[in-house]
Amino acid sequence: MPAPKSAYNIPTKIGKFDTHIFVVWVDNEAGVLARVVGLFSGRGYNIESLAVAEVDATKNISRITIVTTGTPQVIDQIKLQLKKLVPVHKVADFKREDKKVIFKEMALLKIVAQKKKIEKCLKECKKFNPVILDKTNKSVVVQITALRREIDKMSKKLKPFGLTSTSRTGAIAMTRGAEIFK
Amino acid sequence: MSKLYTGAEIVFKCLEDQEVEYIFGYPGGAVLPIYDELKNHSSIKHILVRHEQGAGHAAEGYARSSGKPGIVLVTSGPGATNVVTALTDAYMDSIPLVCISGQVPTHLIGTDAFQECDTTGITRPCTKHNWLVKDIKDLSKVMHEAFKVATTGRPGPVLIDIPKDIQFAKTNYTKFKKEKKLNGKTHNKFSQNEIDQLIDLISKAKKPVVYTGGGVINSGPQASETLKEFVRLIGFPITSTLQGLGAFPGDDNQFIGMLGMHGTYEANNAMHDCDLLINIGARFDDRITGKIDEFSPKSKKVHIDIDPSSINKIIKVDLAIVGDVNEVIKSAIKKINKKQNGLKNSNKQRISKWWEQISKWRTKDSLGFVNSDKEIKPQYAVKRLYELTKNQDTFITTEVGQHQMWAAQHYKFNKPNRWMTSGGLGTMGYGLPAAVGVQIAHPDKLVIDIAGEASVLMTIQEMSTAVQYNLPIKIFILNNQYMGMVRQWQELLHEKNYSESYSEALPDFVKLAEAYGCKGIKADNPNELDEKIKEMIDFKGPVIFDCHVDPNENCFPMIPSGKPHNQMILGPNDKEEVKITGKGKSLV
Repeated sequence: MPAPKSAYNIPTKIGKFDTHIFVVWVDNEAGVLARVVGLFSGRGYNIESLAVAEVDATKNISRITIVTTGTPQVIDQIKLQLKKLVPVHKVADFKREDKKVIFKEMALLKIVAQKKKIEKCLKECKKFNPVILDKTNKSVVVQITALRREIDKMSKKLKPFGLTSTSRTGAIAMTRGAEIFK
Repeated sequence: MSKLYTGAEIVFKCLEDQEVEYIFGYPGGAVLPIYDELKNHSSIKHILVRHEQGAGHAAEGYARSSGKPGIVLVTSGPGATNVVTALTDAYMDSIPLVCISGQVPTHLIGTDAFQECDTTGITRPCTKHNWLVKDIKDLSKVMHEAFKVATTGRPGPVLIDIPKDIQFAKTNYTKFKKEKKLNGKTHNKFSQNEIDQLIDLISKAKKPVVYTGGGVINSGPQASETLKEFVRLIGFPITSTLQGLGAFPGDDNQFIGMLGMHGTYEANNAMHDCDLLINIGARFDDRITGKIDEFSPKSKKVHIDIDPSSINKIIKVDLAIVGDVNEVIKSAIKKINKKQNGLKNSNKQRISKWWEQISKWRTKDSLGFVNSDKEIKPQYAVKRLYELTKNQDTFITTEVGQHQMWAAQHYKFNKPNRWMTSGGLGTMGYGLPAAVGVQIAHPDKLVIDIAGEASVLMTIQEMSTAVQYNLPIKIFILNNQYMGMVRQWQELLHEKNYSESYSEALPDFVKLAEAYGCKGIKADNPNELDEKIKEMIDFKGPVIFDCHVDPNENCFPMIPSGKPHNQMILGPNDKEEVKITGKGKSLV
């Protein structure tokens, strides 16, 4: 490939990528999600999953949970840039491997198959707190809660058994123990 | 019951409470209620520009030269989109702007109404924050918060989008009380421990250098005084970024010139070889660092900045002090004076060898050029302009390109807020409207826009504004009939294929000046230059000065792309010129 004639520096070696989970407390106002998401897209950061909802109606606070990957330097930047946004109150950042934090994602799985196959599916789901939300002769809708990776695995595994549709919430996080993140 | 005010009245009440004197703007359908209210507020003067981008840059010039926020007022749709360049420019260079834009009435938002656009959506990434006011009750709170966000912490532009029905709607107005407490987004909580570490590093360094940026200017004129005291106390050499020029006197012996892509040989070599680098209010921009991997490889790095996200963004530092520049250096000076009074003398001895080395580098005279008695050399023109204006308090703005670099290299600034240039965004067409804003803020001072013929044509319409308000700005055009910096890159990197960089069909600038109702002067001979510059300075009114210069002159010294600081290309006087080869060609 011929050397591109661009105007800037050569990219330096890229460090190791880590997966981090950011929890961001924001004012629940118009455009706040666009600000957060726009920051990610504008600066070229990844978003692997996103979960957002109001958590405090009196104080008007929403909680955004973002799973992202990046080099330690990028992760640091994401945190500092998020903190600069006016409607952002606080930002917590956890490594995926962090033992002190619980990460969970919910998924709804629709399986269309014969009874036998459905049974098999439900058996596979057992580990992940399955709740059957709807059942007919030919189908079942089951809710599971698990880690991201586990749901990834499950949806792969259940494909041959008639899994036709998956809906996922994106990961959410909570610290263990009595401590509250300040 | 207290009196009810309309949204338009509240806008002006807030502006009055914020002690705003000037608004730069352009009327249109969606801001008419605000324009209608203008006549009732004599303390606020409106400056009518000829294009909304001009309003933005004029407000920037006003803000940078006065230290107060610049106010912009535009209409919806095209009014708002035209100001986007100026907002982005202000965002990149950390200039406080408050932009008020009209919007279609709330019930029409989202219907593709006439002159509707998603203003807050478009300006979200180029403002510190923006607001769409959908309820008249929020208006005054939003207005005052906007000023606070724009002016605190690392300053920047904000935008308030006000639908037309909100401008008509009525509500109460409670008088604004200025808070002393800073909001949660500013950071000024550095510890004494950090100051101690800084002083420890200072007292051990053998080859130190201080590298300052626009943050010193933004911290206020007091910060420049403090910086001077600090640098004289520790005796270190000091270099500055493009934006930081003027914070430390340009003709002082401790000042080793601007650094970076077109910085001096001594400044860039000092950056490369130093063992202690103290960054004060600068952000390791890519025009400064050159090749990141080989940036100042042997140094301990200290970074003082008010914006925590600037720290470790590009260059990892050993000591970060997050805080207002003025406060941080003041507290360092205090500590030195109290505890380490001997520092001054011991420093002098320890770094005397370093100063010898710097003197050696200085003998290269990297800003030198081959002068001519037939053609005006652009560097010579800037030098003469400096010599003939340095006896008075002169404000310089520039456009973007070669002339900007020559101005930065050859014009020496001794005070902050005298140098207005678009550094981060590099906006051609910045200088003329910026000069308008500067002259508004300083009606009795000499304001010169050092321009290029290509840049100035981008916003030439603002000459009308200058004439209307009788602003005696001087547009000093270094006319080389090329987009000079583009031509230079094409010469050095693209085999002299001067693709589209020739300024074809240029206007006659003297006649153009006359058409606008101001004075035009043309110079093409070095012998007559001084006399004509004096004529320009003495003329009581706006002047366009068409200075014809050597079209083939390149801007040196230069760090070629992909090279570290110690591998510069020097000018034609230097024999061991480094050729740009191979990989370096792909970079700028």
